Amino acid sequence: MKMVRIALWSMVAVAVVIVATLWMTERDQGPVAARLAPEGEGFSADFELTDHNGMVQTEEDFRGRWMLVFFGFTNCPDVCPMGLATIAQVMDDLGSQSAGVQPLFITVDPERDTPSVLAEYIPQFGPGILGLSGSSEQIERTAKSFNIYYQKVDDASAPENYSVGHTSSFLLFDPQGEFVRIYEYDQDPARIVSDLRDRIGA
Amino acid sequence: MFKVFAKGFLGLAVALVMNLPTMSAAQDASNDTLISVENPWARASIGMSRPGGAYLTIRNDGKDTVSLVGLRAEISGMASVHETRTNSDGVSSMTPAEDIAIPAGGTVALEPGGYHAMLMQLQSPLVEGETFPLTLLFSDGTELEVNVPILGVGARGPEG
Repeated sequence: MKMVRIALWSMVAVAVVIVATLWMTERDQGPVAARLAPEGEGFSADFELTDHNGMVQTEEDFRGRWMLVFFGFTNCPDVCPMGLATIAQVMDDLGSQSAGVQPLFITVDPERDTPSVLAEYIPQFGPGILGLSGSSEQIERTAKSFNIYYQKVDDASAPENYSVGHTSSFLLFDPQGEFVRIYEYDQDPARIVSDLRDRIGA
Repeated sequence: MFKVFAKGFLGLAVALVMNLPTMSAAQDASNDTLISVENPWARASIGMSRPGGAYLTIRNDGKDTVSLVGLRAEISGMASVHETRTNSDGVSSMTPAEDIAIPAGGTVALEPGGYHAMLMQLQSPLVEGETFPLTLLFSDGTELEVNVPILGVGARGPEG
């Protein structure tokens, strides 16, 4: 009887270790950008994508300007227009200082969001926002280098029966292409503007 | 300004059909709902190929909980309530919403980043400055038609 009890408890202990390991591994694989504080471990922007005018763009093309990067997809009725509206408001409110900021919208739905689809959609929110697309592999690589998450979600009541879950925070990079901080897509634009002004002016 | 009132349709019908002897039972069945909608708005669409989004606040001044169980709109071939959730890692995703209960004396908001009316298969574009009728279907049988003003594509709330 005692042997059985010891055996059972050993099995429980093993199970706990396995679950804890799985849990920690899973957490490590999650998106880290959203958890990075301004003083957190940094990373650099790294991508090669096609913009909505058909031009190939890399992070090098935006050196010297702050990059405000937002991931999304055009069939998204809630988060993405809200995020783009927030960015458009921020750019308006920055006035002349907006020249130093390049907002980028990178699609997480490259199958549907070709550069020409982005061309029809993105400029409606504001002339300064650049839409970027690419092959599925290019988008996957970009997401990895930006530490963001995206995943197709089955939804029978969405266009073509799917939507895409994705990191909705904005990522800010400095003029050298180093990650600085995140903002939330539904944050008060005035708070983002005041933070950006402090950084641009500094 | 955009406040619309609807007396519980089923409740009214039941109360009219039944007579005094069964009045208490009728009241139990009626829910006595008084549902109103505030601040409806929608974002202008870019063409017709992508789903539109609309928002509003529902108030329940009745004495029983009612649930929003569905939507109907001529402008959309398929209108439904969806819910956006954002987790602690900043990942947002969207799922069809279950029935949404509005407690007696309470309100529930459909607003960006939460519940929204997703208007699939647009039959015509949502044009800024225009309005369109949207019918809300409730668990007690109430059908409430609301005229939804269409704001700009970059609107962030009912004020624009």
